[in-house]
Amino acid sequence: MDDAKANIERMYRSMVTMRIFDERVRQLSADKRIPGYAHVYLGSEAIAAGVMAAIEEEDWIASTYRSHGHAIAKGVDLRSMAAELFGRRTGVCKGKGGSMHISDFDRHMLGAFGIVAAGIPVALGAALSARLTDSGRISVAFFGDGAVHQGVFHESAGLAKLWNAPVILVCENNQYAEATSVEYHLNTETIADMACAYDMPSARCDGMDPEAVYDTAREAVSRARNGGGPTLLECVSYRFAGQFEGDSHRYQPPEEMEEARKRDPLIVGRARAVERGFSEADLSAIEAEIRSHVEHAFIEAEGDPLPRPVETLDDVYVSYGGGLHEPGSARSTG
Amino acid sequence: MSERELTVKDAINEALVQSMEEDPSVILMGEDIVGGAGRDHHPGAMDSWGGPFGVTQGLATRFGRERVRDTTIAEAGFVGAAVGAAMTGLRPICELMYVDFAGVCYDQLVNQAAKVRYMFGGKQKVPMVLRTVVGAGFRAAAEHSQTLYSIYAHIPGLKVVAPSNAADAKGLLLTAIRDDDPVVFLEHKRLYMRSCPVRRAADGIAFGVAEIRRQGSDITIVGVQRMVDFALEAANTLSHEGIEAEVIDPRTYSPLDESAILESVEKTGYLLVVDESYPRCSLATDIAALVADRGFSSLKGPVRRCTPPHTPVPFSPPMEDYYLPSPTRIADEARRLLGK
Repeated sequence: MDDAKANIERMYRSMVTMRIFDERVRQLSADKRIPGYAHVYLGSEAIAAGVMAAIEEEDWIASTYRSHGHAIAKGVDLRSMAAELFGRRTGVCKGKGGSMHISDFDRHMLGAFGIVAAGIPVALGAALSARLTDSGRISVAFFGDGAVHQGVFHESAGLAKLWNAPVILVCENNQYAEATSVEYHLNTETIADMACAYDMPSARCDGMDPEAVYDTAREAVSRARNGGGPTLLECVSYRFAGQFEGDSHRYQPPEEMEEARKRDPLIVGRARAVERGFSEADLSAIEAEIRSHVEHAFIEAEGDPLPRPVETLDDVYVSYGGGLHEPGSARSTG
Repeated sequence: MSERELTVKDAINEALVQSMEEDPSVILMGEDIVGGAGRDHHPGAMDSWGGPFGVTQGLATRFGRERVRDTTIAEAGFVGAAVGAAMTGLRPICELMYVDFAGVCYDQLVNQAAKVRYMFGGKQKVPMVLRTVVGAGFRAAAEHSQTLYSIYAHIPGLKVVAPSNAADAKGLLLTAIRDDDPVVFLEHKRLYMRSCPVRRAADGIAFGVAEIRRQGSDITIVGVQRMVDFALEAANTLSHEGIEAEVIDPRTYSPLDESAILESVEKTGYLLVVDESYPRCSLATDIAALVADRGFSSLKGPVRRCTPPHTPVPFSPPMEDYYLPSPTRIADEARRLLGK
């Protein structure tokens, strides 16, 4: 019982952090203090929290452009994340990536990729590595409902099964693939149903309930770690914001949104925490603590220095021995 | 004997064997790089292919199917997997059966392999090699005859190697495998059976260092891969006419040995680049621009490129022969450039 209480606390804290962080991102993006695109995770918090609670720290994950939730659940430093969003040189990617690429290799993130489904074979590769080096690790690929139409999803799923790779394919079905509803785009009844094409075990769970996600993920983790190979895990949630910040998302009917909001993962998570013995006061204190922490992270990060422009030239290669055609370098000798 | 005659095919095989012996983290992946998967109990089935040209034959017998793995026809899947494996402790060498299939795994190479280190702030590296087969002159038609060198050289984060002979193939492949960045290693199908003396030792050849295959002071001819041999043949003909051509084989195209080319043009004043790629936006165009920009004061005439026309590769022999640059065409272009 203690374990379950500690677990829900861990997950709830993670979810609250994700929610407060991304709500701040929405404001900063609207104010144009965060340059470029932002894709917030609102509505899927229970998935990242539940899956990350089920895996070990050394297990690998591959994330998407909707990366903030995964990064937070994986333990990436909040201030470095905020600094990256602001494009500061103290950012977790040294300002080289931005919102779509929030990833920390030190926290066992393979990356956060801007191309739909791109992370799936990469996670497969890490699983192959784990198998061949006997490291005991597993990997997790996160992707959305839209990604299951990408050729590389099918290729990777087939290879994962063939190689008996310890990889978990986690589909975050937030019911919208960009501006297209899952009712329209999905051919099968569920995404989990697609696993039969690869003779792969699958499961489907309520992505709004962190404990449901955790329990289902635990089975997949156990299977992978015990040589049972891959699992396709569909977690059903709902996307509370648009595809990206600035998307008016008029294609999401207000009544649908209202209905989904009733099962906001933060509400479900809070209820679970109460069931496990936390009081309302405990939870409010946790929320206040996190709010303060997140706020500080953004305030401090926004004050960090921008990169020197010439840092553009760093980290293209480990070593090159050739010119990078830097501005002003190609001068005619004549 | 520290050297003996080896074909390009066997030199590549030797580099793979030596790398796999020296480093247990080196693995191979590709379609039918072994052959006979699922029929290993049947004599002769395993290693029945060794790739479409037999280059990887014998490796699975020696190192096993865990390290030398036949994949499904899923380039995006296994090239993407190579990226992930490379980031997490392995040194994968994946094979793209023909460069013409580049489109299938383009995203994995261009958006992931090439950019992972940069986008994520330099914490990761992708020490993988993509080996693939290029080239026309095989009557293999439009979808099995391309070179596409510049598609890869264009991309920051990738390295590109295209050797013209067996000794360079071995040395450069060893370096590619030992290199910590993603390397695209292009093997020309018409060069596989060409042989020359190759060292037994597992000595790597550095990237970014061109080879001056023939010295001369009248005209610089840069040849890309198979075109090096054609340029040498043309140079021989021209020599009998009193024209001494300097033939340069860049060997690696990212990084490119820019100074070797510029120094040669400074000496000769004339540049002809021979490249069997499509004429638009090719390596030839890139090298021409380099010299037009940084070697302008050395030039006594325009920079010329000897390339195929802007068409896909045709099938029928007389058409394919018309399509490709030849020693005769190269010599003609050289004479025209020199006003002879």
